[in-house]
Amino acid sequence: MQLAKVIGDVVVTRKDENLASIKLMILQPIAADGSNTGRTLIAVDAAGAGVGETVFFVRGKEASFPFYPTEVPTDAGIVGIVDHWDLG
Amino acid sequence: MQIARVVGTVVATQKHAKFEGAKLLLVQPVALDDSPRGTPLLAVDSVGAGVHEKVLIVIEGRAAGEALGRKAAPVDAAIIGIIDQLDVTE
Repeated sequence: MQLAKVIGDVVVTRKDENLASIKLMILQPIAADGSNTGRTLIAVDAAGAGVGETVFFVRGKEASFPFYPTEVPTDAGIVGIVDHWDLG
Repeated sequence: MQIARVVGTVVATQKHAKFEGAKLLLVQPVALDDSPRGTPLLAVDSVGAGVHEKVLIVIEGRAAGEALGRKAAPVDAAIIGIIDQLDVTE
């Protein structure tokens, strides 16, 4: 899993039927110090996240597990909203 | 499996139900000489690791879900051991 900032959302009308009523968000992965790292990506939302929030997301087939038994065709998904994080 | 250093803790109230009670740690993968490798990532902790400790992590969904003891959990990384010592013989 990785930390990311939700920087936008995506509206897609015509899509795979298993993506119906699933929210798609634009993520900017961030490093431990909060700075941007890597490329932005689109992820399905399983946590009810909003734009501007810091979240953590999972990559791979596991991103579809929150929607089981629906087989959602995704490779990234938001699974939690971060309240805060602390560096030791 | 990879070696990583625990660098921080993460608190998230609103999360997927399969994460209920799971501890989330920020880990920095490191090379054998302890130099950082790539960007830090979040891993669920099933062994009771703490910040600054060197740990063994799996970055693969099925293995991480098994470490958490829950089927079909949306996780892709888990801490599965705390490293006491590393011996490298060239």
